[in-house]
Amino acid sequence: MKLKRFKEIALDGVVRQNPTFKLVLGTCPTLGLTTAAISCLGMGAAVTFVLICSNVIISLLRNIIPDKVRIPSFIVIIATFVTLTRMVMEAYLPDLYSSLGIFLPLIVVNCIILGRAESFASHNPVGESALDGLFMGLGFTVAITLMGIVREFLGNASFMGIELWDKNVFSIGFFSTSAGAFLTYGLFIAGFTAIQNAIERKAQAKALKA
Amino acid sequence: MSGILSIIIAALFSQNFILVKFLGICPFLGVSKKVDSALGMGLAVTAVMVITCVVTYPIYTFILLPLGLEYMEILVFILVIAALVQMLEMLLKKFSPGLYSAMGVYLPLVTTNCAILGIAESVIAKATSAESAGFILKDGFFMQYSMGTAALAGLFYGLGFTLAIVLLAGIRQKVDKLNIAKPLRGFPITMIVACFMAMAFYVFTLIG
Repeated sequence: MKLKRFKEIALDGVVRQNPTFKLVLGTCPTLGLTTAAISCLGMGAAVTFVLICSNVIISLLRNIIPDKVRIPSFIVIIATFVTLTRMVMEAYLPDLYSSLGIFLPLIVVNCIILGRAESFASHNPVGESALDGLFMGLGFTVAITLMGIVREFLGNASFMGIELWDKNVFSIGFFSTSAGAFLTYGLFIAGFTAIQNAIERKAQAKALKA
Repeated sequence: MSGILSIIIAALFSQNFILVKFLGICPFLGVSKKVDSALGMGLAVTAVMVITCVVTYPIYTFILLPLGLEYMEILVFILVIAALVQMLEMLLKKFSPGLYSAMGVYLPLVTTNCAILGIAESVIAKATSAESAGFILKDGFFMQYSMGTAALAGLFYGLGFTLAIVLLAGIRQKVDKLNIAKPLRGFPITMIVACFMAMAFYVFTLIG
């Protein structure tokens, strides 16, 4: 039973309810940071940390917070953890801090975190909320890092900051521009949906046979 | 004078919050099915942006900075913005029901919009440039910002937001009627439309 629930939460977070490709939440950092895969990883880690912490605290307080003021309370809790993350990152990872720029404080208004607080943590026990935060964060991290790798490779001819060849020889600069961000994201969502539809059809066919 | 003009051009086109800076994408995708609702959302964002700039700038410069509480900025800004939006909603409901019915429904959505917190953070970041050199908005003119220019920036960044969202809504009304391959329907095709719009706006960044 416990294992089944664990599997369910994990699958929901990373695949079935993937915040980036399925729910299309938290789009600003997804579009803004994917020019470099390294900063995507950093952003993913920051969001995952905030998501786990805020889910745990909100889940612990779910019976205390009055329904009417729940959104402001959630925002204050989230903002606290974002401030914490920001201070730690500024002190120990200054390079990452400057490459995330304005998107770091903007984690506060990232819809994924508020969305999970509202739809999961506010009526589920602590353990499950922490797991949900972990896997939703992982889903986000994997998704933006994939996009980051593709855009960095095509636009800058490098992988995780390592130059593969001279980008003046061959690279498609379009993918580093803002237009390239929209195109890549659109195609990724389309591809994700297509794969998911194909798997569903297969499962249905299997069920029909059996 | 030319300073003001360059702020206006930057805010509307070359630094467009949606298509160049990627702030406020959620309403851009979510509330752009119809031109009227896009316009309502755009105006609500513009109004809140102006008020946010006018209020957060003095709070930061005259309260947080002298007391050494800069690290509280996220917490303070988000609460101030939430309170302001709530107040604006109540005032509109009381004094101008017509305007309230046009843009009131979008106001609660504006609170958790990156564009609003983004403008607060970037106006402040430029106002105290030495400390926050890490912030990405690289244009120099935020530095000499006084209250008036901060408000002006809020107004025109908001109008730039409105411009982008209304244009997208106009295109989407046509695109949604087309027969598109199934996986591309909905968000993906909207992203691709936005891609072409961003290409058009990219030209402005080359001039600016």
